Parts: sequence; structure tokens; C-alpha cells
Amino acid sequence: MEKYAGSTSYEFQKEKNKQDMKFQLVTFACMIVFTLISFGLVIAEFNPMFTIPIILLLACVQVGFQLYYFMHMSHKGHSLPSVFLYSGIFVAFITILAMVTIVWW
Amino acid sequence: MSTATVQKRGFGATLWDYLTTVDHKKIAILYLVAGGFFFLLGGLEALIIRIQLIKPDNEFISAGLYNQMFTMHGTTMIFLAAMPLIFTLMNIALPLQIGARDVAFPFLNSLGFWLFAFGGVLLNLSWFFGGAPDAGWTAYAPLSVQSPGHGMDFYVMGLQISGAGTLIGGINFLVTIVNMRAPGMTYMRMPMFTWASFVTSILILFAFPALTVGLILMMFDRMFGANFFDPTMGGNVIIWEHLFWIFGHPEVYILILPVFGLFSDVISTFSKKRLFGYSAMVFATVLIGFLGFMVWAHHMFTTGLGAVANSIFAVATMAIAVPTGIKIFNWLFTMWGGNIRMTVPMLWAVGFIPSFTIGGFGGVMLAVAAADYQYHDTYFVVGHFHYVIVGGVVFGIFAGITYWWPLLFGKVLNEKLGKIAFWPFFIGFHMTFFIQHILGLMGMPRRYWKFQPNESLDIGNLVSTIGAFLMAIGTIVFIINIIYTALKEEKCGTDPWDGRTLEWTVPSPPPFYNFKQIPLVRGLDALWVEKVQGNGEMTPAEPLGDIHMPNNTFIPFMISLGLFIAGIGFIYQVDNKQWLIVGIAGLLITFISMFVRSMKDDLGYHVHKEDLEKGAGSK
Ligand code: HEM
Ligand SMILES: [Cu+2]
Repeated sequence: MEKYAGSTSYEFQKEKNKQDMKFQLVTFACMIVFTLISFGLVIAEFNPMFTIPIILLLACVQVGFQLYYFMHMSHKGHSLPSVFLYSGIFVAFITILAMVTIVWW
Repeated sequence: MSTATVQKRGFGATLWDYLTTVDHKKIAILYLVAGGFFFLLGGLEALIIRIQLIKPDNEFISAGLYNQMFTMHGTTMIFLAAMPLIFTLMNIALPLQIGARDVAFPFLNSLGFWLFAFGGVLLNLSWFFGGAPDAGWTAYAPLSVQSPGHGMDFYVMGLQISGAGTLIGGINFLVTIVNMRAPGMTYMRMPMFTWASFVTSILILFAFPALTVGLILMMFDRMFGANFFDPTMGGNVIIWEHLFWIFGHPEVYILILPVFGLFSDVISTFSKKRLFGYSAMVFATVLIGFLGFMVWAHHMFTTGLGAVANSIFAVATMAIAVPTGIKIFNWLFTMWGGNIRMTVPMLWAVGFIPSFTIGGFGGVMLAVAAADYQYHDTYFVVGHFHYVIVGGVVFGIFAGITYWWPLLFGKVLNEKLGKIAFWPFFIGFHMTFFIQHILGLMGMPRRYWKFQPNESLDIGNLVSTIGAFLMAIGTIVFIINIIYTALKEEKCGTDPWDGRTLEWTVPSPPPFYNFKQIPLVRGLDALWVEKVQGNGEMTPAEPLGDIHMPNNTFIPFMISLGLFIAGIGFIYQVDNKQWLIVGIAGLLITFISMFVRSMKDDLGYHVHKEDLEKGAGSK
């Protein structure tokens, strides 16, 4: 088996791992930059109406990076976990939406 | 552990076996016994409520006791009777229906049961220690926060512990369905009961955390001086209502969906026909589950959410009637032109369809937000939810227990007595609850201790009480049937109902490893496919080999016992801080048990091929 498949599939796997590694490093760098931006905004004392949405946005992107590049959700065979994850997010979202709009507002 | 020669074992050995079992079929029996007990207890409370309301200005029980009675009736019936009885059905049938040897996590299955059982006992201990909870099963703040005594503390701790058990059970069934289906059992070949249980488990997964959060806030408010629900301190009482109903509405679908699935199986089996519109049924089930999360505020129309919020939730609520209607019609079309056998499960199914539909009508009326200002908190609501819960869930539980009794105990319940149980229950049910709609429209509020002689509510209430006693008679006949069957009926062997799905390919009762060889599934209604093609039995998907089984364990019992003791400690530390010692001791028992579980490798054991050939485990 090793002799046959060795060449093609091994090469492919190696190439793929290399790709993954690259993505991980890039996203890792991005996340550090994002964090710096968030801190920077707060330290520079921008208007909170500007800072808060930006930080929330960056946080969402970071969660995406975390899930897709570090926890391998971009790989095959993760459709069911995705379904459950997104259902959970959906339920949490409407809960928070309802609380914000009809209880606290 | 060769059980080839099973002798009669002593009582102690049997008891120990059940205390430590991880077998889904025995856990089903445990759920049946505990859930059945609480069902009778809740029924007794219901009768006391109805006796109090039998005539105007009655003095049968005091107002305070009456409050405890209806609170415990609702709480017991929903959390301690309906839920575990549904879990009985899931445990006994679900692994068999998908061709699995057990659930994914047998240990957690047992843990789920013991948490539920100890939570239920804790809740009911309140009767003996200064009074039961008395703020309604919905426990609205601020009433629940200010309710004196420890009743509501028992509510909080009891439901928290048993809720954890339910959550564990739900996750376990999810993983089981996702990972343990037999070869060929694709999602779209799963029996409807399995599908419904799948969606139900998703609902449990997403809905119970809302209850957990609500109960934690309530616990801090009541026992540790927090102010989440105290407006004078910046809290907000409405938060409890939202959290409770974000859980509560999905909860009513958690109860009804498995029963929908079960009735689909029953109706198809006893009409000797494939379920009409199988894929539409699956779609409707998923849609109901999805919509179920967007309608909770229909319980709060009158709290002043505003016209926009009320309209959105009203429309979303009415939308649920559409998939529900799809189901009703599919059941009718399944029966249409079928070769119908009126067995007892089928009788309950046929009784269920019109009864539940009336309940749905009531629901759609309530969903009209403007009209709900009239109906809300009257007996109309009581009529509505008893029509769906008794006419749906309880009928379903009776049907399911009768249908799967062979898998539980190897015998078919006596058909004649089964029918004698059905009729008084069915007639009594309509007598009790139909008239309550009218009482509600006449203005009788719910949770009403007393009505006065000149309010023209006398006749309606009397009829309702008589109906309740008829239901009690039906239940008693059902119990007599169980005893009679245990004493007099013969063993029924494999496939007593001429079934269509995998649970009928194994002997009744099944051997502890379920399937000697995992079957190969070749279509929807897997067994029926083989019957039609003249095989009569499943093709195995694997050669006969050793079977890996888990060992029994006492740890789940200890974990739950610890939390039970901790619960008592935390309830009473409000009066005297020394009770904290008890609380901490309880938590220690739990954590040490968990530690032992983590550190000690338990790899299970194997049933050997040779023993299987000699017929190990089959009785
Ligand atoms: C067509 C489907 C349904 C609709 C449109 C519907 C609608 C409603 C509405 C609007 C209320 C609130 C009434 C009020 O308090 O003023 C209500 C209460 C209730 N419903 Fe339904 N419902 C439906 C089906 C069900 C089902 C299937 C169940 C359970 C199996 C259920 C159980 C309940 C319960 C327990 C309550 C009362 C809770 C309480 O206040 O104690 N409903 N329903
Ligand atoms: Cu609801």
C-alpha cells in the first residue's frame, strides 16, 4: 500500500498540511492584529458608539477564524456539528434579540 | 458473565441489578416505574383539586393547600410523569429501531435516570417539610421569590437536579441516533418515532439551558440574597417569564413530538400500510421543532409586550398549526384504505386524532393576541392545554406502553382489559376538559380555589369533576391489566403485532445485547421490506462475533445522591449557616464519585461467540 499510494496521496497530504499550516499562521497573525486594534481603540478613547460595534465585529470574525481554521470546521465531515452550532447560535440570537428589544428597551 | 443459565435470583440481587444497570431496556423499566408512580401521585393531586371544585363555596381543602396542590400537580405531571414516561418509550424503542446494541453512553443513560429520580424525590419531600411549592408550575416572579417557607426552594433545587438528568438524556439520544444507526439505516429510512425523538432531543438540548439559567437566577434570589427579579434593586420580573417560556414552549413540543412519532408508527403498523407522506412527516416534525423556538411570548400576550411584538408572536404561533395539520391529514390518509386492526394502541391512536385536533383549535384561538386578553388566565387555557397534553401526550403514553409492552416484559397486555381501560378514560377526558373551555368563556379564572353559588358555574364544575373520576377509573383498570397480564398471560415471542420496524426483529423481551448480529437495513420499514420479499427476517450486516458490553456501575447513583444531599443543605442554609456543611458534604460525594469514574478504567466485557451460539442471553 505504501509503495503505491505513497507517491500521490502522501504528496497530496503533505501539500494540504502545508496549506493548513499557512492558513493557521495567517489567521493567528490576524487575530493578534485584531486584538491590538481593539485595545488601541479603547486606549485612544474613541467615541464608544464607534468602538463598541467595531470590537463586536472583530470578535465575531475571530470566532469564525477559531472555528474554521483552528477547530477544522472547514474540513469535510463537519456538516452535522455546523448544523447544531448554527441552530444554537440562532436560538441564542433570538433570545438576546427579544430581551434587548422587548424587555430592556 | 455468561447468562446462559439464568436462575431465579433473590430480591436483593435483582434490586442491586437495577440500581447499577446501564442496559437501556432496564433503564426504560426504571423510568416506567418512577414515572408511573409520579403519574399516580399527580393524578391524586388532580382529584383533590377537582373535589375542592365539585360544588360552590366548598371547604374541602384550605386556600393555601389548594395553591400547593395545583402547583405540585402541574410540576409533577410535566417534569416527573410525562417526561420520564416519554423517556421510557425512547429508551425501550429507540436503540432497537435503529439497530443498535445500546445507547451511545450507557453510563450517562443511568446517570440521567438517577438525577431525575433524586430531583423528583427532593421536590416531593417538600410536602413533609413545611409545605410544597405554591406559586404555580410556572413560578412567576415576584410571587415565587416572595413565597414564604421553603416550598419554592424545593422547586428550584428539585427541578435543577432533574433537569440536568433530562439534558443528559437528550444529548445521549442525539449521539445515539447520529452515530449508532445500523448499516443501511440512512436518516430518511428511520422510523418516525426515531425521527421525532431526534428532533425532540435537539429541542431538549436548546431549551433546557434556558430553564437552568432561570432556576439559577431564582436560586440566587431566594437563597443567596441576589436581586435579579427585584425591580426595586434594578432587577426585572419579566426576565423570569421570558426564560421560563423560552424553555416552556419548546418543552410542550418535547412532550408531544415523540408521541406524534409513536402514533405514526402505530397507525402505519395497524393499517398495514406504509406511512402516508413519510418525507412530509419528517419535514413537518423538523419545522415544528424550528418554529417552536419562536413563539414563546404567546404565553405573555397580556404582560404588555406591545402591539408589534404581540403580532409577530401571534403569527408565528398560528404558523405552527400548518405542519401540525399536515400530520393530522397524513395520519388520516395512512388509515384510508388500510387494513385496519383495532388493537388497543390503535384505539388510543384513533381517539387521539380528534381529541388533539380540538386542542389545536383552542390553541389557534388563544394565538389571536387580541382575543387572548379575554381567554388568558381563565379555564379556557386550562381546557386547551389539557386537550393537547392529555389527549395527545397521555393517550400517546398509554398507546406506547401498550405497544412496546412486549419489549419491556415479553407479554402483550390483555386486549380486552385494555379496551375497558380506554373507554372510561376517553369519555371522562372529554367530560372533564371540554366543559372547562366554556367555564373559561363564562369568566372562571384558572387557579381558582372557590367559586360562589350564584355564578352559574356549578353544573360545569360538577361535570368536570365526574369526568375526572372516570379518568381515574380508566387508569385503575389499566393497572389491573398490568397485574392481570403479569399473572395470567402467556409469553408472546417475537413480533406479536406483525410489525414493520427493527424493534420487532428481536425476541420479546430482547436479550441484553439486543442483536446477535447487527441487521442490514434495505429500506424504510426495514422488517416489512424483508417480509414483502419473502425473507421474513433481516440479513445480518456482520458475521457472528464477540459482543462488547459495558459493566454495571453504582457511580451514577452516588453522583445523584450527592447532589440530592447538597440540594437539601443549600435549601436549609438560609435558616442556619451550619447546613452549608451538609451542602458541601453532598457536593464532595458527587465530586469524589466523578473522580473515581474518571480515574478507574472500566473497559467492559465481551460476550463470546461460542456462548452466543449456545443461546446466551435469550430466555
Ligand atoms: C396548534 C398548536 C398550538 C397553539 C396555536 C397553542 C397556543 C397556545 C397559547 C396562545 C397559549 C397561551 C394561552 C394563555 O395563557 O393565554 C397556550 C397555552 C398552553 N399550551 Fe398551547 N398551543 C398549541 C399546542 C400546544 C401543544 C401541542 C401543547 C402541549 C403538548 C400545548 C401546551 C400548552 C400549555 C401547557 C399551555 C399553558 C401553560 C400555562 O400557562 O400554564 N399547546 N397555547
Ligand atoms: Cu406555548
